[in-house]
Amino acid sequence: MLESVLITIATAATPLLIAAMGELVVERSGVLNLGVEGMMIMGAVTGFAVAAMTGSAWLGVFAAILVGAAFALLFGFLALTLVTNQVATGLALTLFGLGLSGMLGESFVGLPGVKLDPIYIPGLSDLPFVGRLLFGQDPLFYVSILLTVGVAYFLFSTRAGLMLRAVGDNHVSAHAQGINVIGIRYLAVLFGGACAGLAGAYLSIVYTPQWVENMTAGRGWIALALVVFASWRPWRIVAGAYLFGGVTIGQLHAQALGVGIPSQLLSALPYLATIVVLVLISRNRRLTMMNTPASLGRAFVPDR
Amino acid sequence: MKTSMKAFAAAAVLGFAAAGTAQAQDPTKACFIYVGPIGDFGWSYQHHQGVLQLEKELGDTVETAYLESVPEGADAERAIERFARSGCDIIFTTSFGYMDATNKVAGRFPDVKFEHATGYKRDHPNVSTYNSRFYEGRYVQGVIAAKMSKANVAGYIASFPIPEVVMGINAFMLGAQSVNPDFKVKVVWANTWFDPGKEADAAKALIDQGVDIITQHTDSTAPMQVAAERGIKAFGQASDMIKFGPETQLTSIVDEWGPYYVKRVKAVQDGTWEQVDVWGGFKEGHVVMAPYQNMPDDVKALAQETEDKIRSGFNPFTGPINRQDGSPWLAEGEVADDPTLLGMNFYVEGIDDKLPN
Repeated sequence: MLESVLITIATAATPLLIAAMGELVVERSGVLNLGVEGMMIMGAVTGFAVAAMTGSAWLGVFAAILVGAAFALLFGFLALTLVTNQVATGLALTLFGLGLSGMLGESFVGLPGVKLDPIYIPGLSDLPFVGRLLFGQDPLFYVSILLTVGVAYFLFSTRAGLMLRAVGDNHVSAHAQGINVIGIRYLAVLFGGACAGLAGAYLSIVYTPQWVENMTAGRGWIALALVVFASWRPWRIVAGAYLFGGVTIGQLHAQALGVGIPSQLLSALPYLATIVVLVLISRNRRLTMMNTPASLGRAFVPDR
Repeated sequence: MKTSMKAFAAAAVLGFAAAGTAQAQDPTKACFIYVGPIGDFGWSYQHHQGVLQLEKELGDTVETAYLESVPEGADAERAIERFARSGCDIIFTTSFGYMDATNKVAGRFPDVKFEHATGYKRDHPNVSTYNSRFYEGRYVQGVIAAKMSKANVAGYIASFPIPEVVMGINAFMLGAQSVNPDFKVKVVWANTWFDPGKEADAAKALIDQGVDIITQHTDSTAPMQVAAERGIKAFGQASDMIKFGPETQLTSIVDEWGPYYVKRVKAVQDGTWEQVDVWGGFKEGHVVMAPYQNMPDDVKALAQETEDKIRSGFNPFTGPINRQDGSPWLAEGEVADDPTLLGMNFYVEGIDDKLPN
């Protein structure tokens, strides 16, 4: 039973982890894209539709990644090229995505979807206790782990990662050094969109293989909060996502066991836990300042 | 919103055919306010199915319009008023939270008919209320669950602790107890009407704790899918969810609003519309059970028998029934009255969960 519970937690945490990891890279480059929820829901509807029409879950996943990136490109064009307000543009992207996905997905409501099957390695997946947990989950779970390793390595061990962080911390200096600030930010935003699209596909292809309007149910916003929660560090996002998933699933189990705690309080637990950790983190002001990308959310126009 | 072109064409045709008779007058305009998107495959979806049936049956004599995802509260009043001004003859407001807004607007537009779903306020003669006795279906589900469960425990995914939901849990339990007095129900409150991911998680948690039947009072098809994946049985909600669990769904409580909508719009057309307070169940066709399947014939027969018994007048809330703490609620043969049911805020005996308040 414990194994099954842990797998459920991993399933709850994975979409948050993927979306938050994308947004982390975006914010590290100094851009605040509040459109995660919108890109995510577009990924969910596209992933479902393509998978349903072609019968291939993987094609759905790739389509979702592309659409997420395309939506992010729209954000990039507005916020980076036309230098619109990032907060307003991101919010608009979310509203637009929620509306558009509902319209596009209308004919897919009430259809069972195609599910991405968990992997199976003969021998390993059958090991007691750890078999299914380590070697028998859905493929995107492993993608989320690889993504974390990749992002952590890229940001802190490569030259390109250093450039991206430089752009996020001080775009004027980076520009003076000859770094293409806007170009790097475009790439970061595209990456963030692709991740959000993938996270959306996770919902409509792995988590609950179906399409219904508004099925992301606010997970994009939780992903945004996780980035702050993690103080812009990749591995802390993993911790945050699993803490959130763990508390969410744990409270359901507590209810089913008949623990005499009011269910409203239990339901609020994941959010309370997030707030408590946020408060603890921001107590040390210097540490917070050190990690926050200094140019976050500030517009940049070269040579002005 | 198939209005203009079709309606014009129809008017033209009728005009030629029955030149100058009353038939050529404008179609009746019926307007609907939904709380969710019509794509939720649950509550609002089923209301919209009712509207589609209305369009089909009354054809060109009716014109429909709808607004979806209208928040309960101040926005609702604006939306309803907009409909009232735009020439709607009858307006259906399909969520509990529209109650006060509906009555307020109704006072300002005495010539427009208003129909409010699941509420109880009728401040003006042009306001009716309508609702369905879903608990009748839940009682039948309880009977089936107790017959089908080997673990003798069912999982119940609930939304919010409001009377409607509590009534459902109690009816389910009473149905189950009529077969097996020791039957158990594990209740998990999702605190949402609609979040496929969370509903799926709740189903997984319940199954991990040993239930082998899942029933839900939340709106998505996710629990059904999880039950199918884990190879146990489940009940659908609001619509027939058989496509999501061909070998899983035992039956589903299907909300059928269509017949009522047809009847009420016809009444407007005939000039016979009057204020009513309708709470319909099996007998009135408001609550329909999806086909009984994935169960042995004897269970099927018992389910049908139970349904027929309710249709011919048996009330699931007939004593003797004790409250959760063991104190008597209904004496032998005593039947709960409607106001008590509509305000139900306590569990019946045998439920382990502590009711949130």
